Amino acid sequence: MSDQPILQLRGINKSFGAVHVLHDVDFAAYAGKVTALVGDNGAGKSTLVKCIGGTYTIDSGTYEFLGKPEHVSAPRDASALGVEIVYQDLALCENLDVVQNMFLGRERMRGIVLDEESMEIAAADTLKSLSVRTLKSVRQRVSSLSGGQRQTVAIAKAALWKSKVVILDEPTAALGVAQTAQVLDLVRRLADQGTAVILISHNMLDVLQVADKISVLYLGQLAATVDRADVNQTQVVELITTGRSGDLGLQPAAATTGASS
Amino acid sequence: MTPHLTKSATGAEVDAAVEETAEAATTVPTGKSLSGYLHNYWQRIRGGDMGSLPAVAALVVLFLVFSIVEDGFLSKSNFASLITQAAPGILLAMGLVFVLLLAEIDLSAGTTSGVSGAVVAVLLIHNWPWPLAVLVALLVGALIGLLIGWMRTFLRVPSFVSTLALFLGLQGVVQIVVNSANTQGNLSLQSDALVALENSNMPRWAGWAMAILVIVGYAAQKLMAVNARRRRNLPTEPVLVTAAKVGAIAVLAVVFTVVLNLNRSPNAAGGTKIVEKNGQLVTEKVAGAYLGGVPWVVPVILVLVVVLGFVLSRTRYGRHIYAVGGSDEAARRAGIRVDSVRISVFVICSVLAGVSGIVLASQTAVNASQGGGNTLLLAVGAAVVGGTSLFGGKGKITDAVVGGAVVAVIINGMADLLRGANNSAWQWIVTGLVLLLAATVDAVSRRRAGASGLG
Repeated sequence: MSDQPILQLRGINKSFGAVHVLHDVDFAAYAGKVTALVGDNGAGKSTLVKCIGGTYTIDSGTYEFLGKPEHVSAPRDASALGVEIVYQDLALCENLDVVQNMFLGRERMRGIVLDEESMEIAAADTLKSLSVRTLKSVRQRVSSLSGGQRQTVAIAKAALWKSKVVILDEPTAALGVAQTAQVLDLVRRLADQGTAVILISHNMLDVLQVADKISVLYLGQLAATVDRADVNQTQVVELITTGRSGDLGLQPAAATTGASS
Repeated sequence: MTPHLTKSATGAEVDAAVEETAEAATTVPTGKSLSGYLHNYWQRIRGGDMGSLPAVAALVVLFLVFSIVEDGFLSKSNFASLITQAAPGILLAMGLVFVLLLAEIDLSAGTTSGVSGAVVAVLLIHNWPWPLAVLVALLVGALIGLLIGWMRTFLRVPSFVSTLALFLGLQGVVQIVVNSANTQGNLSLQSDALVALENSNMPRWAGWAMAILVIVGYAAQKLMAVNARRRRNLPTEPVLVTAAKVGAIAVLAVVFTVVLNLNRSPNAAGGTKIVEKNGQLVTEKVAGAYLGGVPWVVPVILVLVVVLGFVLSRTRYGRHIYAVGGSDEAARRAGIRVDSVRISVFVICSVLAGVSGIVLASQTAVNASQGGGNTLLLAVGAAVVGGTSLFGGKGKITDAVVGGAVVAVIINGMADLLRGANNSAWQWIVTGLVLLLAATVDAVSRRRAGASGLG
C-alpha cells in the first residue's frame, strides 16, 4: 500500500508479568479501509486493541498517529487522537434514547440547558449519512431496540464524533443473519466516509465479506497482513490456526511452537 | 477495490421487515397526528413505561372511594390537613428519587431528617436566627450524605448496609441532641417562621398569585419547547395534547386554590354570643372567623419540584444521573465521573431529608424518636408508588409528589374509616399492600420492557 496509514504500530511488545503476550507486532489502519484483525482465542487480539485504545500501555515499540509518534497511556489519550472502540457489550444506556446515548458525555449545551434540538438533528443526520433506515425514531429508548439496532447506534456514535479510527469488537457476534448483513453494510459505509475501521471478528464470512485488509495474529505474533483480494478462506483459516499458509505467514523457524504444515 | 456487499433487494426487504416489527415508543412526544401521539403513548405503556399513570389512577380511585364511604374526608379542613400531613413524606421521597435513580438506597434518610429537625430545634433554643439554624441543619445533612457517598465509592460498602448502620446510629444522635436541650424529650421550634410552614396559610391573594404563576409558567415552558422543536422542523406533539396538558394543570391549580381558600374555620358563619354589658346580659353579633389559604409548605415543595425537575431533565448533570443509573459501565466509558455523580445524589438526598425533618418538626414537635423507620419506608414507598424504579435509571421528581399524595390519602382516609382497636393495624397492612403492589408493577414492567427490547 502506497498511501499513508492513519494508525501505525511498529514492533509492539506487551507482557503481563512473566507472560509475553505480544511479540514485535506491526499493525496499521488506513483511512477508508476496513482492516480485519483475526486470530484464535488467546492470539492477542484483545491485548492489541487495548494497547491501541490506551487501556494498556505498550512496553516497547512505536505508536504513530498520522505519521507522528504519540504516547498513549490512557483511554483519554486515544479518544483525544480520534480513536474510538465500540465494545462487544456495546456500552449503551438502555434507559436513554438514541440521541441521548450518541451524545452521552459530550452533550451539546445552550447555557446550562441541554440543547436537545441540535443534538437530535445531528444524530438524525449522522444516521441518514450512514443510510440507516432501521430506526423508526431517534427518540426511541435503547431498551426497545433489537441487537442489530443497538450495534447500529453504537457504530453511528463513533461516526458522529468523526472518529478517525473506529475499532469494532465482534460487532456481529450476537446477531442473526439479517441483522449481521445490516451491520456489515454499516461498517462498509463508515469506511467509505473515510474512517479507518478495525474489525475484530471470529466469523470468517464477515471478515471476507467486508474487509479490505486482513491482519492475522498467531500466538502473540503477527502472522501476516494480506489484502483481501489476494487470499481465500482456506488460507486465512490456515494462517489463524498454524500461523502460516504456503509462503504466507511465519516461516517455520519463526513459528515458535512447531507449527507443522 | 472494495468487495461489494450483496445488498440489494434482500437488504431492502430486511429493512422493511425490521421497520415493521420495531414499534417506536419515543421519549420525546412526537407523532404528527393526535392518533399517532396516542398510539405512541400506548406503545410506551405496553412497553412497561407507565410513569406516574398508576399512581394518578390510584389517587383518583382513592379520592372517590373515601369521599363516598366517609363523610369527613372531603371536608375543607381535611383537605388542608392532608397536604400538611403529606408534606414531610413528599420532601423525603424527592431526595430518595435521586438515590433510587442510581439503584441505590438510603435507609438512613428518615433518621437524617430527625437529626436535622433536632439540630434546628436546639439551635433555636440557643437563640440562633432561624435561617442560620436551617443552614446548619442542612449542612449536617450534607455531611451525612457525603459520608454515605464516600463509603459507597471509596470503601465500596453497599449503601444498603452503610445506611442501615447510619439508620441505627443516627437514632442515638437524635436522642443526644434532643436531650442536650434539657426539655422533657419534646422540642417545639422556637421560630414563628418555621412553625408557620405547616401551621399557617398564605393570604388568599398570594395563593392566587401562585396559582397564576404556575399556570403561566407551565404554559410558557410548554410553548417554548414546542416552538424550539418547530423552528428546527422537528416533530412536535399535537397542539391538542399541549392544550390538554396546560388545561389540566390550570384546572388542578384553580381547584386546589379555590378549595384551600375556602373558609374552613368551624366558626366561619359567625354567630352571637352573650356578654355582660352594664350589668345586663345581652346578645352580641360576632363576625365569622376566617381560617383558609394555601399552607406555606406548598410553595416550598413547588419551588423544589421546579428546581429539581429542571436539574434532572434539562441539565447535563441530570442526564448523567440517568446514564449512571442505566449503566454505570457505559457512563464510565462515556467519560462521566461516575463516583462524583454517585456521591452527589447521596448528598442531595440527605439535604432534602434535612428539609423534610424541619417541616416535620414544624408540624409536630421534635422528639427523640423522630424520623424512625416508618417515615423512611413510607417515603421509599411514595417514590416507588409514584413510578420511580427500584432498579435505577427511571423516575421523576413529580413521582415523589404523586406517590406521597397517594400514601398520605391512604393513611388519612383509613384513619377515620377504621375505628376500634385495630385501626392503626389495618392502616399499616393496607399501606404495605399498596407498596407491594407498586414494587410488583415496577418489577413486571421492567421485565416487559426487557422483553419488548428483544423484539
